[in-house]
Amino acid sequence: MPETTETHQEEQEGHAGTGENGNGRPETQDYTLRIRRYNPDSGDTAYWETFEVDDMSPSASVLDAILRARNEQDGSIAIRCSCQAAICGSCGVRVNGQSVLACNTHLGKAARSPKTDGTIVVEPMGNMPVIKDLIVDMDAVHWKKVRRVIPWLVPEGDPPEREYVVDAEAMIDVTQAMACIHCGACVSACLSMEVDPEFIGPAALAKAYRFVGDPRDSMASERLNDLAEDEHGIYDCTHCFACIEVCPKDVAPMNQIMRLRRAATGDHGIKDSNNGYGHEKAFVDIIERWGTLHEAQLLPRSFGEGSLIKSQIYPSSLKQLIDSAPTALRGVFSGKVSPKKALIHPKLPDQKEIRRIYEEIESKDERLELNLYITGEGDPDTEDEASSGDSGGPDAVERNDSAQDAASGGNDE
Amino acid sequence: MKVAYWPGCVSRGFTPELHGSMAQVAPHLDLDLVELDRANCCGAGVIAEHNQELVDTLNARTFAMSQQVDGAAGMMNICSTCQGAQSECQQRLDADSAYREHINGHLEPEGLRYERGGGWSNKNFFWMLVEDIGLDKLREKVVRPLEGLKIAPFYGCYVVRPTARLGYDKYPDRDQYLDWIIEAVGATPVVYTGSHKCCGFPVITMNKRTSLRQAGRHLADAIDAGADCLVTPCPLCHLNLDLQQPDAAKFVERDLDIPVLHFPQLIGLALGLDPKELGMNKHVVKTKEVQAKVAELAAA
Repeated sequence: MPETTETHQEEQEGHAGTGENGNGRPETQDYTLRIRRYNPDSGDTAYWETFEVDDMSPSASVLDAILRARNEQDGSIAIRCSCQAAICGSCGVRVNGQSVLACNTHLGKAARSPKTDGTIVVEPMGNMPVIKDLIVDMDAVHWKKVRRVIPWLVPEGDPPEREYVVDAEAMIDVTQAMACIHCGACVSACLSMEVDPEFIGPAALAKAYRFVGDPRDSMASERLNDLAEDEHGIYDCTHCFACIEVCPKDVAPMNQIMRLRRAATGDHGIKDSNNGYGHEKAFVDIIERWGTLHEAQLLPRSFGEGSLIKSQIYPSSLKQLIDSAPTALRGVFSGKVSPKKALIHPKLPDQKEIRRIYEEIESKDERLELNLYITGEGDPDTEDEASSGDSGGPDAVERNDSAQDAASGGNDE
Repeated sequence: MKVAYWPGCVSRGFTPELHGSMAQVAPHLDLDLVELDRANCCGAGVIAEHNQELVDTLNARTFAMSQQVDGAAGMMNICSTCQGAQSECQQRLDADSAYREHINGHLEPEGLRYERGGGWSNKNFFWMLVEDIGLDKLREKVVRPLEGLKIAPFYGCYVVRPTARLGYDKYPDRDQYLDWIIEAVGATPVVYTGSHKCCGFPVITMNKRTSLRQAGRHLADAIDAGADCLVTPCPLCHLNLDLQQPDAAKFVERDLDIPVLHFPQLIGLALGLDPKELGMNKHVVKTKEVQAKVAELAAA
């Protein structure tokens, strides 16, 4: 496999600049695809097959190469695809282990991955059964999970005579979740689902936030209660960022799951039996009191809805405390934790400052949330970066409570 | 090189051997650690889940304190989770000057202020070792090459994803550094499927099964790939991989028993430091066999 010479910039622009062959066309390359094949009708197990595709531009897509191999070498290669422009979400596969849309993954970049020797490894998506070759059963996993979260609007009262009118501003918050094209890349990459196939998962939970955050929906509380109490729901996500990394539309499903948690605990006070509420409250309260984490109190408080006293009264908490006793003892016997350290945790020297910060922020009627998906990442105040969208001024800050409050300056005195 | 040093909570709590081993290793690499002992918890993703403005303010406070350290090259941490949680806040603070001013307003009464840019950065020790200290210098300092030791790197989610916020545009190989460093100290990096996956720690109180199946699976993969031990730059990963390992074994229904080193311990061993002083006796899964191999190397 020859080394490709084009730079990232050139690749993005789709022409090869210095690597140009004189006709204004990009330098072409030969590429090697290693495709995972499986045909249930054959009775054989899955196997790898290598295809050489010649004279392709580094800015052509992996999908282009697969279709070329299919058209010219083996008509039986199975892959789903339609728009070839990262809109329809059909061609989700794994390239060199990363869940992607084959149509917006450049050949040049894929061949340079440190994970391969130049060969582009193409597999079907993960966490879903394979139907044939690169086609997975989206119905069996993805769509089933999406249906699980009641993916439609449930408005209150009789339908209006005409359409449901909603303030455009109030919908901005859910636009990120609405950008989902249901390609399944996040489901494929989800590390919780890998060990717990029943986890509702990133795509369906992002979809759930799309309705929880919709001012027209009347079921936010029920939805949140359902997803918080389900042991495979919002508290089964481990914060691994895999879904954020692979999403081709920047939906950031994990962030939507965190918003569901924030709404469940902060807005609806749902005290779930998975300790989601308890864990958050315990952690946040401990930092307010000590400034750094008092680990010995985190577990018991988490079991007792955030309270140390409740943790010693509630039967469910007591059971969990007893269950975790061996772990605690291991900590003591290994010399990591002394009983004194478990009981006494020093406060920060300026702990009053932490309390002041908590007081200033937590006493507000509304939470401040800066969503860079909406405001853009460029800072208009800096010359070294081109700004992508006007991100300056208080208008750029999203508030996830519709209450009118003049806290835009934030320094309420 | 002088750095403003944020050790995090867990390294001074349930994994004191991490904080201790960093202190042992630093002088040998000419690292002058100015500990930020008035700084607060990074929030570990949990405060971010609760209130974004609060977590951004708390971490801006830590950044501001580090920027007051005279002559420091930047801020250094020894915890992947601190790195990720703080990078998330830094991304928002750096992206929007109005927002940054607003957050700085909360810090004003304490005389603190976070300024964007100016060469300031926040890096995990293992990033700093490659990018600022350099592998050549590390190789020079190695007095006990760890030849024959097969080490499985375990990075921790918070330093590998999302790449868009963790400086991968400038340093695209940050998710390979542990492998490079293992090689630089003379040991052999083990390739296995779990190296960049999740240890499961964040849901240990919410879903023990999901949590420990993840930890157990990665440990088992490392064993099957022939590793003598794992090494991680994240104390939270360490809690799930080491402290919880006996329970994880039950969830994956097989024996595990593989030691997990903290990243500075690995460096300390190669620098010739005493395993005991690196806190290697304070692990749940005993490090005896690794220590024995290292002792053999010293004798050879």
